[in-house]
Amino acid sequence: MPTKIEKDAITGKQTTGHDWDGVKELDTPLPKWWLYVFYATIIWSIGYYVFYPSWPSLSSHVPGVLGYSARTDIVRDLREQAEQRAPYVTRIRAASLEQIRSDPQLLGFAIAGGRSAFADNCAACHGSGGAGTKGFPSLADDDWLWGGDLEAIHATIRTGIRSAHPDSRLSLMPRFGLDGMLAAAQISDVAEYVLSLSATGTDKAAASRAAPLYAENCAACHGDKGEGNAELGAPNLADKIWLYGGDKPSVVQTIAVSRNGVMPAWTDRLDEATIKMLTVYVHSLGGGR
Amino acid sequence: MTALDTAATPVEARRAPVYADDVIRAFMIATVFWGIVAFAAGVYIALQLAFPALNLGLEWTTFGRLRPVHTSAAIFAFGGNALLGTSFHVVQRTCRARLWGGDAFAWFVFWGYQAFIVLAASGYVLGITQSKEYAEPEWYVDLWLTIVWVAYLAIFLGTLLKREEPHIYVANWFYLAFILTIAVLHIGNNIAVPVSWFGTKSYGAASGVQDAMIQWWYGHNAVGFFLTAGFLGMMYYFIPKAAERPVYSYRLSIIHFWALIFLYIWAGPHHLHYTALPDWAQTLGMTFSIMLWMPSWGGMINGLMTLSGAWDKLRTNPGLRFSVTAVGFYGMSTFEGPVMSIKAVNSLSHYTDWTIGHVHSGALGWVAFIVFGALYYLVPFLWKKQDVWSPRLASWHFWISTMGIVLYITSMWVSGIMQGLMWRAYDELGFLQYSFVESVAAMHPFYVIRALGGLLFLSGALLMAYNFWRTIRGEEPARLAYAATPAE
Repeated sequence: MPTKIEKDAITGKQTTGHDWDGVKELDTPLPKWWLYVFYATIIWSIGYYVFYPSWPSLSSHVPGVLGYSARTDIVRDLREQAEQRAPYVTRIRAASLEQIRSDPQLLGFAIAGGRSAFADNCAACHGSGGAGTKGFPSLADDDWLWGGDLEAIHATIRTGIRSAHPDSRLSLMPRFGLDGMLAAAQISDVAEYVLSLSATGTDKAAASRAAPLYAENCAACHGDKGEGNAELGAPNLADKIWLYGGDKPSVVQTIAVSRNGVMPAWTDRLDEATIKMLTVYVHSLGGGR
Repeated sequence: MTALDTAATPVEARRAPVYADDVIRAFMIATVFWGIVAFAAGVYIALQLAFPALNLGLEWTTFGRLRPVHTSAAIFAFGGNALLGTSFHVVQRTCRARLWGGDAFAWFVFWGYQAFIVLAASGYVLGITQSKEYAEPEWYVDLWLTIVWVAYLAIFLGTLLKREEPHIYVANWFYLAFILTIAVLHIGNNIAVPVSWFGTKSYGAASGVQDAMIQWWYGHNAVGFFLTAGFLGMMYYFIPKAAERPVYSYRLSIIHFWALIFLYIWAGPHHLHYTALPDWAQTLGMTFSIMLWMPSWGGMINGLMTLSGAWDKLRTNPGLRFSVTAVGFYGMSTFEGPVMSIKAVNSLSHYTDWTIGHVHSGALGWVAFIVFGALYYLVPFLWKKQDVWSPRLASWHFWISTMGIVLYITSMWVSGIMQGLMWRAYDELGFLQYSFVESVAAMHPFYVIRALGGLLFLSGALLMAYNFWRTIRGEEPARLAYAATPAE
């Protein structure tokens, strides 16, 4: 019920005759360009339905003439990726670790693949570039808990440390404090002794008191001079490289409750070629033997 | 309550009824308050992304818990109070009818809505969430909101029904579409079974990809009906009022309204491209998003073209400047949205900061600016002042906020596209070029710029709050001094 159609002085157009709280409307037709672009998007959409899966029915859907499927696409992408890498990957699978290391082409490929796999799977704990942090060993120095040659690194990555894998690296340092094997004062003395091995201790008297305790409880694994034993996974105590800290409270804590960090076995998660590339990559970080 | 005749219908001798304005004033204050909460929370969590130590190592202040506080405060508390308040204002004036149901009923909606916000936010901080984006509140909060929302719908519909105007104004179509659809979406997406009557935990009725589809049917239409339709309603009243010009095209408003309402509801699947969602649903989500482009722009055209013959008012009316810039951002983000819904574009943009930038060009540029425009009109109007205390300060607010938005969205474009390119980069041997953490590290400078943009936006809002406080306190308007100053 238009009540009062007026002519707008500025645009010269008529109003619709409505008036709400002083608000009126012009009777402008739809802008042509607007309408045609709107139609174009509709036509484009209908065209898209011809080619791609679209409208559903009760049990299926219109498939589209291209036979497109995102699942097929991703399978094809992955296959193409695998084919691109295949020539090298086949050779890596067949070669020994030493052969990979001595063939510049294979080595280059293995380091590129190892770097990528390391960033995705290892860097979260060991840091990018294998720099390590408290509780997670640096892989870029030549201090190795379980050995730093290619075979040792390979075995560690495959089976993990204290993992569920049957061949896992396994060493369990006793909990000297928690299990009542040493008294608190003795632990403090042993810690001084351990620190004296790297000449960082301050209490010489305590260290010498603890010499027999060390010989009796620690030397079997860590060695008489604290030189460690990679066969047993016993860290070197004399090199000033500490996984859990080299200040006295940290060492006391380690002796009292033990640490026993865990690394998963990767053999079930990564294929053998990737593990080999990781091995070569880690070996190349600076400390490989 | 103050019962003053506020309707300005000078031409005819139609007697306007006495409108319920107290509750609208309360909504306006709540809008400003929650806006500042939302912006402050946003700045804080943006800084956390740049400097993670700022999460203080406390569970209550982690990003995961504060992020929904920010989004809910922005959308539901700031945007919601603005929508409820302005819809009560607009529906009364354009229907020439006082709110249906009596004052107590309207106050119930006001306080009920604030209670919903407080219940929701306190739950987030304490870790109570159903983990659905933009629908985080647990079942007891959902039930409460349903009651409040139905009351709101009743008041709005009741007022429309007892209107004294022959036609329903276009702003009210949009408000009604917003209220109705949000009710349907809210209930549909929150169907859940509580574990116990006295516990907070519930489990949703749907699971897997069906749950994801329902969630994004809700999520995208929270954008379409809460953040778009509702605020278009606001635009359709406050721009013609402030510009004192007729709406550009009645026909366009009809066509773009119905096209928008019909198309929006199908666009949700574009949030689930390249997921377990069937291909056919992804196709439909994408094509409906493309078809939405022009219906969205219909609103922009009507908003901008209404200014023809009144563009000079932008120089003197900072509120109108906010409204018009809002429409510009609306046009930009409703073009960007369809582009991002195209699968080939989405394969780059999905899960990146580009999405965050897109959302904020809508949330800051469109939603917040159209609200600021309405507030600069309504606050002096409702408190019966000539103008705000300082239009010059409002002008500062405008420029500071605009700079903030520009910093925000450009930094997120760069960081988002960089992120997407880093994720998909392969080296010549076929290995991924970058690890995820390298892409995170590369984003740091852009996170800092984004936080700076947010800080500017927050500062602008604080200027606005101060301006309103002085306005409401009833000091002499600084306007005369402003008018005496030569063109800024």
